[in-house]
Amino acid sequence: MSHHNDSAKFLVGVYDDDEVVLKAVTEVKSAGVRIHEVYTPFPIHGLDVALGHPRTRIGIAAFLFGLTGFLCMVSLTYYTMGSDWPMVIGGKDNYAYPAYVPVMFELTVLFTALGMVGTFLVSNGLGPTTKPLMFDLRSTDNKFVMAIDLGKNKKSEAEIATVLRASGAAEVNVKQF
Amino acid sequence: MHVTSPVRTPLVTGGKTYADVTEDICKQVEGKPTRAWTIAFVISFVVLIYGTCCVFWTWWEGLGVWGLNKTVGWAWDITNFVWWVGIGHAGTLISAILLLFRMKYRTSINRAAEAMTIFAVICAASFILMHMGRPWLAYWALPLPNAFGSLWVNFNSPLVWDVFAISTYFTVSLVFWYMGLVPDLATIRDRATSKVSRYIYGAFSLGWNGGAKTWARYEYISLILAGISTPLVLSVHTIVSMDFATSVIPGWHTTIFPPYFVAGAIFSGFAMVQNLMLITRVVFKLEDYITFEHIESMNKIITLTGSIVGVAYITEFFIAWYSGVEYERYAFLNRMLGPYWWAYWAMMTCNVISPQLFWSRKIRRSVTWTFVLSVVVNIGMWFERFVIIVTSLHRDYLPSSWAMFTPTMFDIGDYIFSFGLFFTLFLLFAKFLPVINMFEVKAIIRSASEKLPASVSGVAKGERVTSPSFNKNAE
Repeated sequence: MSHHNDSAKFLVGVYDDDEVVLKAVTEVKSAGVRIHEVYTPFPIHGLDVALGHPRTRIGIAAFLFGLTGFLCMVSLTYYTMGSDWPMVIGGKDNYAYPAYVPVMFELTVLFTALGMVGTFLVSNGLGPTTKPLMFDLRSTDNKFVMAIDLGKNKKSEAEIATVLRASGAAEVNVKQF
Repeated sequence: MHVTSPVRTPLVTGGKTYADVTEDICKQVEGKPTRAWTIAFVISFVVLIYGTCCVFWTWWEGLGVWGLNKTVGWAWDITNFVWWVGIGHAGTLISAILLLFRMKYRTSINRAAEAMTIFAVICAASFILMHMGRPWLAYWALPLPNAFGSLWVNFNSPLVWDVFAISTYFTVSLVFWYMGLVPDLATIRDRATSKVSRYIYGAFSLGWNGGAKTWARYEYISLILAGISTPLVLSVHTIVSMDFATSVIPGWHTTIFPPYFVAGAIFSGFAMVQNLMLITRVVFKLEDYITFEHIESMNKIITLTGSIVGVAYITEFFIAWYSGVEYERYAFLNRMLGPYWWAYWAMMTCNVISPQLFWSRKIRRSVTWTFVLSVVVNIGMWFERFVIIVTSLHRDYLPSSWAMFTPTMFDIGDYIFSFGLFFTLFLLFAKFLPVINMFEVKAIIRSASEKLPASVSGVAKGERVTSPSFNKNAE
């Protein structure tokens, strides 16, 4: 999370249960409160949809990286075996491409994996020097944490706290960065 | 949501809550090393030092220190290489193929199995470097103009395919494993009390905070990694088998090799996972996470793949006879009845007969039987590679050049090196990293939250707590 503003003040709803927090997202949103993000110890299916996050396009990136890997190997085998130093092996064509399918496949997989994971890290701002933006340290253990940016909501702090409690939050805390 | 049918035995027993999972797994990382761990580590490390001396001498003196001769030019080196690579197939199979099949029992074992994969591939790679004799020239295997002249590596050769397959497999497995670790490392970071561990686990957890958007992308990339790792894991042992199958040596030149090798790899890999997990389970008291259901499920895969291997052995024999080729027939008769008959029958007994014992429910749910049979399977799989490699080579077309292979202390010492390396790395992993994937286990257990009001969750609390936690065969 690199795009938060430094003096932001957040209201943090802490939930005990994954099913509760999933329902709470819909309830809090329909009460007219804008949710910053929900932090959970494990992935909850449907949570990103409930929050209205757009579907990730990382698959496109993965495909393009894979294609790059494939084309790199096609070019390399073509250049080395077919053009730079052609050899007749077993009376076959110089560029006997079926024999190069294994290496083309391997490089496709390698580029897909590294490129996709790299894209994932960059797009989420993850890296060894990234300071994690933690609204509640227990959200990597057993709590489900909903963060509300007070600066981006018209409702008052007290009103939002009531909405959060009504949706099942066990605690409502204030967090200032 | 992850709803488990009431007729299914739960994958995690003992009525664990999310906090229990964190506590049970993290306390191994956070606590002082136990006595058992320290003893095991010291032994592994001593073995590693002895093995390192042997490897050093092998490199210093040359491959003449091995028992190789003019006829048998490949023996323990390639046997060990194929054996370790085979073992290294289970981790990615568990985490990738079982993920695609939505087999949830993988969650308790995938972390350790993937770690095992990575260490096994490192051991396998060490034999590649060893058998080169001059490891400082290892870069010759890369597609560079040969000796920086103008000749390139030969992309028609399976040995070159192997360079790409093994290095891709290692890299992708490492990335897959590490990405799986990141959320759990963040858990350890947020619990850390000392500055040093907060710094180290903080750096390795990459600033993870578990936001919904991050999780959605994370699940997406995990699925794609699983999707590309599945053909990858199958391709690796296929290519290893082609090192043999594309040659014209009787006994090697068979089209059955790729599926037969892949089944054998899964077979030995699962056996090694069983061995490691059964020990980890007892030492770290993880009986609630690695249950009899897990042991039984893995034993079923061992029986399946063991049977495939058995069918392959018999098919090979039939084809050798049916081919009508004199040399092919002799190669197989020589395996069964020649001077290495004992290796052949050790392979047959360990790989074909022993896993059939798992048809008995009692045996496949027994810790002792599982452990012993898993060791037996890996002995058998080592002999399989030895039989394929040495018995196919030692009696070639020219009877005057027939020879026997006898290992020297450096053949054995270099093999011992790989055990020292493997167990040292595995013990370091078990101490400093969470051996069970905490976030995936949390995702499959249904919590029994104390404070949860029944009206909010929509599920009556009583219903949630009394999910059937029967444990049919408690130890």
